[in-house]
Amino acid sequence: MIFYATQRFVLSVVIVMVAVSILTLMLHVVPGDPAVMILGPRATPELIEQTRVAMGLDQPLPVQIVTFFGNILRGDLGQDVFTGRAVSQIVFEQLPYTLILITVSILWAAVLGIALGCYSALRRNTWLDTLTGVISVGTISIPSFVMALYSVLLFAVWLRWLPAIGAGEGVWDGVTHLILPSFAIGVSWVGYVARIVRASMLEVMGQPHVRMARAYGLPDGWITRSHILKIAVQPAVTLIGTGVAHLFSAAVFVEVIFARPGIGALIVQAVNERNYPIVLGAVLVTTGIIVLATLISDLVIAWLDPRQREEL
Amino acid sequence: MAPSAATHRAEETPQTADPLVSIEGLSVDFDTPRGTIHALRDISLEVPKGKVLGLVGESGCGKSTLAYSMIGLLAENAKVAGGAIRMSGQDLAHLGPKAWRDLRGRRISMIFQDPMTSLNPVTTIGKQMIDIQYREPGSRAEKRARAIEFLEQVQLPDAAAKLDVYPHQLSGGMRQRVCIAMALLTRPDLLIADEPTTALDATLEMQIVTLLRELQEKFGCSVLFVSHHLGTVAELCDEVAVMYAGEVVERGAVREVFHTPRHPYTQALFDCDPARFRQATRQLPTIPGTLPDLRQPPAGCAFRARCTKAFARCAAEHPPLYTAGPGQVARCHLNDPAEDAA
Ligand SMILES: Nc1ncnc2c1ncn2[C@@H]1O[C@H](COP(=O)(O)OP(=O)(O)OP(=O)(O)O)[C@@H](O)[C@H]1O
Ligand SMILES: [Mg+2]
Repeated sequence: MIFYATQRFVLSVVIVMVAVSILTLMLHVVPGDPAVMILGPRATPELIEQTRVAMGLDQPLPVQIVTFFGNILRGDLGQDVFTGRAVSQIVFEQLPYTLILITVSILWAAVLGIALGCYSALRRNTWLDTLTGVISVGTISIPSFVMALYSVLLFAVWLRWLPAIGAGEGVWDGVTHLILPSFAIGVSWVGYVARIVRASMLEVMGQPHVRMARAYGLPDGWITRSHILKIAVQPAVTLIGTGVAHLFSAAVFVEVIFARPGIGALIVQAVNERNYPIVLGAVLVTTGIIVLATLISDLVIAWLDPRQREEL
Repeated sequence: MAPSAATHRAEETPQTADPLVSIEGLSVDFDTPRGTIHALRDISLEVPKGKVLGLVGESGCGKSTLAYSMIGLLAENAKVAGGAIRMSGQDLAHLGPKAWRDLRGRRISMIFQDPMTSLNPVTTIGKQMIDIQYREPGSRAEKRARAIEFLEQVQLPDAAAKLDVYPHQLSGGMRQRVCIAMALLTRPDLLIADEPTTALDATLEMQIVTLLRELQEKFGCSVLFVSHHLGTVAELCDEVAVMYAGEVVERGAVREVFHTPRHPYTQALFDCDPARFRQATRQLPTIPGTLPDLRQPPAGCAFRARCTKAFARCAAEHPPLYTAGPGQVARCHLNDPAEDAA
């Protein structure tokens, strides 16, 4: 297990490094001079030259990449073009808001989805199974920003039960501000997770080792947990791990709609202002987190299933 | 032919006075979208105490269905259409889920066909062997020691170390030994083995059969041994029941049945026994023709269409089980004393 974990970790670092290189190259491949784009069409040539030197764009490309790597390793992601503040500081200020949002969203969705999927598989073809099926497919097909808009209308504007704007202050206020956005992001995942857990439960339930467990009179709940669910939950874990990328893009919409601070809101604002260092820094951190999420889901699966530990 | 293997166990007397399980007129149907399959029809059979009963027959004749109905693991679309399975005062054919759970893994246990998929792939051998002792009092260490003891009984090398490995780290033969150890660990009165050696190669098959024989004698449990390999049945079993299309067509002591088969189907099975053709050909000879449609079992003798000895009466009248020898019965009109006279 430790060997496996180390291998996976090294692989993750390599993936992040490749992603960083691609990001740096992208900066040069996009048409136009970044300095010109930042300063706008009316900038004087002197100002452009000054900015280029400040951004290190006058150096040869390999030097830029190496410098960029070196800077990243020192935690330096560059400076905000307008305020000159460190990008890393800005990004890490916003990051917790987004992290808590997507963590809460995926947690409630996964718990509910696994429970529903499990129930549907054990009680298949009952009316509750059919109902879960219909609701699952229904929620899967609704985009999260539509869900966000309607939930704001219903719960914040009409019913006035929950706040619609911002992230709140203090613990309790923070929690009430989280409910609607995390509902909007998580709700379609409930359906996904429930469907996938149901399907893989049904598959595992038909396997000989489950019949063997029953042949020893083991209690049903025990069989469901340690013989069926432990295997059947694996596709859902992978789905959630790789789905973190989608969660980030859902967070972009939701943060804008709910006027919440966070990485999503930051990226949108930075793109509007052509604030490239911030876009780059935010995307870099997001990439790191997505790779980390995949790593965690792989480790969870390896922990659940010894057969997975032997392959990379 | 095969009797030579059976003769070294000549002392046995079939149908001992007090059987462990007696199946009385059992019928099992499967509901399918394309009609009801009458997979077992009016099966009557006894599993003698402390003996091994073999169950042979072609693929699809209902051997597994019979075996599963004796441990309450029939598929969801199966239903018992009639009859009873009696075991110490209980009728297993009509037992509730709770009563079944009490019996399974305590009085009845089972070894399955495919050792590769029968063990939980995500749990160590040791934990699985400790788990099945969940009703037993005693500490984890005691249960662990018991697991090791039984792994040694099945001659698994380095038994203690095997507790910490996962099933995929063992070979097929080793896994089947683990399954046997688990089945015996619960000290069952009845051990059901559904083709436990079919997935193994010939050398391993013989090792496992010999092992089963030794352990059965040591622990004295009754065994229902399902197989389509007559050689292993001769080696292992005291009695044998031959099934065809959901019916028992012949049963008796292995020695009698193998020496003088009284049903043409049994005879045909011997003629096709792969053991006799091992050098001659790689292809298995088969009985010409196919099983009848179990949705509408034929009115007369089920084997009639494929039987070389069929005559007019076979189409008209369903043969009962005629007494054909000492402790031997066969479902064929040729055994009717009236036919001899004619
Ligand atoms: N769940 C099921 N639903 C419908 N039909 C079934 C089901 N299980 C078994 N059958 C049918 O019942 C009959 C007996 O099947 P069974 O598995 O008992 O045969 P078998 O003698 O064990 O064969 P094999 O040697 O291939 O294992 C077959 O015709 C089979 O198609
Ligand atoms: Mg079978």
